[in-house]
Formats: sequence, structure tokens, C-alpha cells
Amino acid sequence: MRDDMILLGHGSGGQMTHDLVNKVILPLIHEGREAPEQEDSTPLTLPTGEIRFTTDSYVVDPIIFPGGDIGDLAVNGTINDLAMGGAVPFALSLGFILEEGLLMDDFTKVLRSIGRAAREAGIQVACGDTKVVPRGRGDKIFINTSGVGLARNGLRPGSAAVRPGDRLIINGTVGDHGVTIMSMREGLKFESPVKSDTAALHTLVDALVKAGVEIRAMRDPTRGGLATVAVEIAEASGVHIRLDETAIPVNKHVAAACEILGLDPLMVANEGKMVLVTPERDAKKALDVMRSHPLGRDAAMIGEALETDGRAKVTLTSYAGGARMVNKLPGELLPRIC
Amino acid sequence: MKYIDEFRDGALARKLVADLEIEAERLSRRVTLMEVCGTHTMAIYRHGLKPLFPEKVRLVSGPGCPVCVTPAGYVDMAITLARTPGVIITTFGDMLKVPGSQTSLVKERGAGRDVRVVYSPMDAVETAKSSPDKEVVFLGVGFETTAPSVAAAILTAKREGVKNFTVLASHKVMPEPMEALTKGELKIDGYICPAHVSAIIGERGYRRLAEVYGVPCVITGFEPLDMLRGVIMLVRQIAEGRAVVENEYFRVVKPEGNVKAQAILADVFEKSNAVWRGLGPIPDSGLAISPRYESYDAMKKFKLSEPDVRENPACLCGEILKGLKEPLDCGLFATACTPENPVGACMVSSEGTCAAEFRYGERSRANA
Repeated sequence: MRDDMILLGHGSGGQMTHDLVNKVILPLIHEGREAPEQEDSTPLTLPTGEIRFTTDSYVVDPIIFPGGDIGDLAVNGTINDLAMGGAVPFALSLGFILEEGLLMDDFTKVLRSIGRAAREAGIQVACGDTKVVPRGRGDKIFINTSGVGLARNGLRPGSAAVRPGDRLIINGTVGDHGVTIMSMREGLKFESPVKSDTAALHTLVDALVKAGVEIRAMRDPTRGGLATVAVEIAEASGVHIRLDETAIPVNKHVAAACEILGLDPLMVANEGKMVLVTPERDAKKALDVMRSHPLGRDAAMIGEALETDGRAKVTLTSYAGGARMVNKLPGELLPRIC
Repeated sequence: MKYIDEFRDGALARKLVADLEIEAERLSRRVTLMEVCGTHTMAIYRHGLKPLFPEKVRLVSGPGCPVCVTPAGYVDMAITLARTPGVIITTFGDMLKVPGSQTSLVKERGAGRDVRVVYSPMDAVETAKSSPDKEVVFLGVGFETTAPSVAAAILTAKREGVKNFTVLASHKVMPEPMEALTKGELKIDGYICPAHVSAIIGERGYRRLAEVYGVPCVITGFEPLDMLRGVIMLVRQIAEGRAVVENEYFRVVKPEGNVKAQAILADVFEKSNAVWRGLGPIPDSGLAISPRYESYDAMKKFKLSEPDVRENPACLCGEILKGLKEPLDCGLFATACTPENPVGACMVSSEGTCAAEFRYGERSRANA
């Protein structure tokens, strides 16, 4: 058996799979903690109350990038999906689809990240599955995660709850993750000091809840970026959202890369950002809470919800003082030709 | 940030808008200015500049998006090559969705053809070196801005003896269609000249427009303050009855342009007649690969000829590229024609006029 890469036998369900799971995967993910029993399903004792349940798949290329890798991205992404719904993350599952030939070093790095991210977030990796597909039938590693969390009493944020007068706050700079990934893509490789912002946001939500901030809506602007999330909130609640371009934080290297590539930073992906919508009276408090949290130091109030003229929409007041529409990312982000 | 923040100063922008209003007061009539370049079009929409222009100043978009003006017949040739066994098509990303007469490269890729997005023509040469048993064709599309890097790739392939690399060239040059538009139906009172193209060709290329046709030309950068300054300079020329080439973008564009790039272009390419999607044939507006480098010319190597393809008659791209119509005039806009499923060329590229309107326009139906 070659131990330096994943082989089809690692997905056979036989001895090689057993060895991979017990000697590589479980020790790295559950480092310092007890691994769950290996049965066909795992008992989970949930506290009583409403739970939230989510699933997501991660197919990022490259799998390891400045600021993180596909492992912590998967854990953080699932935590954030629960946290944005107001839930306290509890447990998650991990499904790996590995491509034959994946370097064992890369796989163990990803597993360590998963273990670290789950440990730091206090979330249990309850169950998992590993399959191997022949070389060329996958892309190094795909991860599917499902997560459950316990909903907080009285907290049911939703995009439809936004009302005219509410304020929109973001916890930091936009576009960092998307530009980081793009900077490493084959053929595009450009020098960039930007790192992915991948992070678990549930402690930031905790801080807002503890401070008594009224939360109308929370969304994490991942693929499609801030623009897409803002439009989805406007459509769900039937308001006009006005964003202020001068207030939206953009890392200067991200801004420069977007200029060169012809991309709009508002449409570029994030993995550790949240858009909070809160009534005007709580906006300053929310901003203060965010800014005193490590994941919200660059938090900014970026816009407000207004009455519509009959149609839900998002507009942006530009640096130049003009106004324009903000629309969802129409399709794939492609750098321009010239 | 250097070269970005300085040109996005809100207070200065407001002052320039006020200055523009004062300049425009001197005009005796409403004037039509054309921003030729797609990147300018996108920047005008993105920075919300249109509502800031005075009533007397009308801006129309021109044909300066290289993807938009690439004919469907060219796309059909690329698709023919993509379907040829052993051929790898390499292309800039925004060519993928351009509709040919039947299909597009993105659909062909979905059907299993080897179509790869590259970010530089040099990457295509590298692909050829690492795939010696395949023929690698790069789709050479773009104006004077991208043509030098394609020429450099051909020179590299020749120097390194790479024999399985060719370019399917559809390069175009800018001043010639501007002259054709000047003689056309729309009265254009001034041009905002393309910034990147000007960095290569310098100020010289536009002199005929000013001197022979009396149309003021101003080269501007892409930042909001650049464009506001450029429009002020144009309005001032018109109000004073002058027509010269002025350069607002002197921090990048030298009067003589990029002499080294011009030399590479002159070595590898030669002027040719070219068909512009929406505009039709324009003499001397294309760049064909010189016979000296014909072994790198995909047209010759694969014995191709460009088919004449009829456009969808309901599509107004031709009129839009000439500045005669606007996206919202088109019945297909945002209904049958969207960025994901474009019917016409202006919706294809992220720099096309209809794509800009779809993404940023006040009346876009993308939110509906």
C-alpha cells in the first residue's frame, strides 16, 4: 500500500478503508477528543426545542489557499448557515468524495483543519463517510457537510422581516475570499497579500444576542457576494435597500485586483462575513459590539432600508455621488478580456 | 490607494459635476458624446455617472467591446475546431458564451469538447508545450490592447520551436470604426477615446477624426473623476468650436503610445478588412497574421473560411453598437436575452452595453 496518496482501495470498504478511517481520519478530526462509535448511525442527544438543520457541499479549487483550506471552509460554512438562522451550532456530518491520486499530505492537512475548526467552535463531528472515485472523475476532494443547531428562543431572523428604516451592517471587508481563490487559479496567478476570510461567525452572533441587539435578518454573503444577498433581502421584504459605496469596506488589494480583472467587489465571494439588519435604534450598539469582536473589527454601517416606490430594489450611491441599481450576480464571474 | 482612491474623491466629483454644468451652459444645443470603450461603458454604469450629466450632454455607448463585435461566423469556426479530434481550444473566459449560429463554446465544453479558459496567450503556448500530441488553438480576439500579447505568444512559439500552437485571429483596431461611425447616421459631437487602446497607439490614431471630420477627441481613464474631467474637456472643446485630440489620461497614455508594442504588432500582423458584429465590414479595421508567421495561423493550418451568418432580426445590437438605440429599446432585453443566455453580442461580454444595463441600469428587470 502506498501511503503518500489516496488510491481506489481506500474507498473499497475493506481493510484499506478501515485503516484510512481509523489511522488517519478519526485521529486528526477528533484529536484530543473521543471519537464517536463506528456504527451505521450515531446517537445524538439534542437539548429540547426547535432545531435548525442545514447541508452544503464544498468543491473549491485550489483546496488549500492563503487563510484556509476546503476543510475549515466546510466546517465554518455549515456553522455559519446555522448561525445566520439564529441557531447555536451543535453537530455536523462529513461526507468526503476523494479523487484517486489525492496526496495524503494534502488530505491530512485538510483533516487537521477540520478538527481544529470543529474544536475551536465547540461543535461535534458526529458522523462521516468516505468514497474514492477514479482519477479524472472528481477534483481532488469534495466535502458535503450537514449540520444541526439549536434555535434560540425568540430569535427567528429572516430576510422577510426587514422594515423601512432598518440599517445594514457588515462585519468587515468584502471580496477577500473570492480574490484569494482567483489569485491562485491556473493561469491567473497574481501576487496578492490577500487571505481568505473563512471564519465561523456564531460567536459574533452570540455577542450581538447577549448585548440585546434586535436582529431582523442575518445573511452570510458567500457566492454572489454582498450584492446578491442585498437583493435577496430586498426581494423577500419588499423594501428598497440603499447602499453607500463609500461606507462598504474593501481591502485595498482586493479593490486593485477587482479593477484589473473587471470585477465588482460587491459580487465577489466571502466566507467569514455577515450582513446584519437591525432597527435604526440598535444600529450603533450593533456596530460597537461587532467592532469589539475579533471578527468584526472593520465592521461598518453600509446602508439602510427604505420604503419602495412599488418595487423591491437595491441601489448604490457611488463615490461620485451618482446612483445605480445593484443586481444579483448574473452568472459565473469571468475576468474581462481587456 | 494609489491610482484608485485619488480618483474616487466624492467632494472632488461633486465639484466636477458642478463644473460640467457650468461648461454645458455654454452649449447652444444638446450634444451627443460617445464612449467608445466597453470598460468606459461599464464604469459609467457602475459609478452611477449617467444621472449626473446635465440635460444638454447625452452619452451613448460605442462598439468598443471586442467580444461584442466578434461575428457569429468566427464563433462557428471556433466551434468547428473544438469539434475536431485532437484540438484543444484555449480562450479568454468571456468568449465562452458568445453565441454562434447554432451553439456556443460553453455548450460545446458541456458536451465534452476540450475548451479551456486561459488568462494570457502565453498560457496557451504552455498548454501546447505540455500537450505535444494535440493541436492547441488560441482564440485571438481583442483590440490593440490584447493583440500585442498574442503577437508575443506567436513570437515565443516560434523562438521555442512550438509547432502545435496556432491562433484563430479576429483582432480589430479602433480608429477605423470610429471614422466609419463618424460618417454614419448618428451625429457624434465628441469621442471619449478608449484608454487601454490609447496606451498602445498613443494620440496619433485619433488625429484624423479631429482634423478631417472636426470631431473633438479626449482620451480618458476609467475612474469616475477621469471620466467627468474627460466629458468637461469635450464639452469645452465643443462650446469653443475646437476639435483636437486631448489626453486626460496622461499618467498612463504617452503621446506616442507604446512603441515597443506597436513594433511587435507591425511584425506579426498586417492590416486587413474585418467584419464587425452589428456594424458589418469595415476596411482596414482588422489585424490578420502576417504571411511571415502563417504556420501559426489557424485559418491556414486548418483551411478554414469564415461563414457569413445572419443575425437574429429582432436583435438591436447593431443599432446599439452604432449609438442609434439603447438597450431598453430592444424587445429582447432582459426577456429572451440575458447574460446567461444572450441572443445578441452586447449582452455577452461583461463589458457590453446591454450587459451593463442589465447589471446596473435603473430600469433593469434583473431585480423583477
